[in-house]
Amino acid sequence: MEYLIIIISAIFVNNILLSQFLGICPFLGVSNKLSTAVGMSGAVCFVMTLATLVTYLLQNYVLDPFGIGFMQTISFILVIAALVQMVEIVLKKVSPSLYQALGIFLPLITTNCAVLGVALIVVTKEFTFGGDAHMLNLGESVVYAFATSLGFGLAMTLFAGLREQLALSDVPKAFKGIPIALVTAGILAMAFMGFSGLV
Amino acid sequence: MGKFQLITKGLIKENPTFVLLLGMCPTLATTTSAINGMSMGLATMFVLVLSNMAISAIARFIPDKVRIPSYIVVIATFVTLLQFIMQAYTPAMYETLGLFIPLIVVNCIVLGRAEAFANKNGVVDSALDGLGIGLGFTCSLTVLGLVRELLGSGSVFGFKLIPGDGILCFVLAPGAFIALGYLLVLFKKLTTKK
Repeated sequence: MEYLIIIISAIFVNNILLSQFLGICPFLGVSNKLSTAVGMSGAVCFVMTLATLVTYLLQNYVLDPFGIGFMQTISFILVIAALVQMVEIVLKKVSPSLYQALGIFLPLITTNCAVLGVALIVVTKEFTFGGDAHMLNLGESVVYAFATSLGFGLAMTLFAGLREQLALSDVPKAFKGIPIALVTAGILAMAFMGFSGLV
Repeated sequence: MGKFQLITKGLIKENPTFVLLLGMCPTLATTTSAINGMSMGLATMFVLVLSNMAISAIARFIPDKVRIPSYIVVIATFVTLLQFIMQAYTPAMYETLGLFIPLIVVNCIVLGRAEAFANKNGVVDSALDGLGIGLGFTCSLTVLGLVRELLGSGSVFGFKLIPGDGILCFVLAPGAFIALGYLLVLFKKLTTKK
C-alpha cells in the first residue's frame, strides 16, 4: 500500500518537472519531437533508478559511518558521472539496439539536475507516506526514484505531443519557440495541480 | 572586449536567463519571491566567480579528455564551500532554497562559462566574466521573483503593496512557467530593434 502511495505521489502529485522544477533543461531542450522525448525519458528512467540505488548505499554505508556528510555533493555528482559513463559502455556491449535508441541522450544526463536532485531528496528529506514522517529505506528510495522517472516521462511525452501541435499553429511572432512552450507548460502544470490532494 | 563590457554583457546581450535560456531549474523554482530569487542569483554568482577563477588558473594543466569531470569537481568544491557559508550565516535562506544550493553543481551556466570562457582566458578576465554573467542571472531572477511576488501575494520584497491575497497561482508552479514565458516575450520586444 505504501509503495502505491509513493508511486502515485511521485508521478502525479509531486511531478518532478511540473511541480518540483527539476530537469527543466531537457524538458525544454529535447521536447520538440515525440520520439526524442521518449528516448530521453527512457535514458533518465534507467540512470535515475540506478544512481539513486548507488548514492543511497554510498550515503548510508560510507558517508554517514565515517562522518563525512559534507562530501555529499561532490561524491554524488562523481558517482553519477561515472555511472553514466559505465551505463554507456555496458549498454554498447550488451544491447546495441537500446544503445542506439538512448545513446545520444546518455552524456546529457550527467548534468540533468533531476538525477542529482532525486538522489539528494531521498537521503535528506523526510516523507510522510501513510502515517509518520520517516526517511525512506532502500526499497522505498528505489521505488520513489523509478516512479519519479516515470513522472518525468509522462510530463515529457505529454509536452512533446503538445509542442508538435504547437509547431503547426499560428502564434504571434514574439511568442514563437520557447515563450509559447513555457506558457503551455504553465497550463499543463495547472492541470497537474488537479492531482494535489489525491494522496 | 574591454573590462567593463565583460561585466555588462551579461545584463542584456548575453543574459543567461532571457537570451541563452540556461539554468532554468533554479530560475523557475526559487523565484517565489524577489528576495529568494535574488539570494539564489547571488549564491550562483559566488560559485561562478570562484570556479571561473580557479578553472582559468588550472586549465593549462588539465588533459583535454578529462576536462569536464575536472571542472565539475572544481565547481562541486565551491558549492560545498557555499553550503558551509550559508549554513553558518544565513541558515533561514539555506532552508528556503534547500535542494537548489547543492544543485548549483549541475547548473549549466556555471559549467558553460568554464567551458566557453574560463579555460581560454586569464584569471582576472574570467573573474569579471563570472561577475557579469552572475549579475545578469541575479537581475533576471530578481525581476521574475518581483513579478511573481507582486502578482501572487501583492507585495514587493515583503512589503505589502496591494491589499488582499493576490493570485495564488503565480506563487505556485504554473505561474512560474507563465510569468517566465511572458517575460521572455517582453525581453525580446524590448531588445530587438524595430
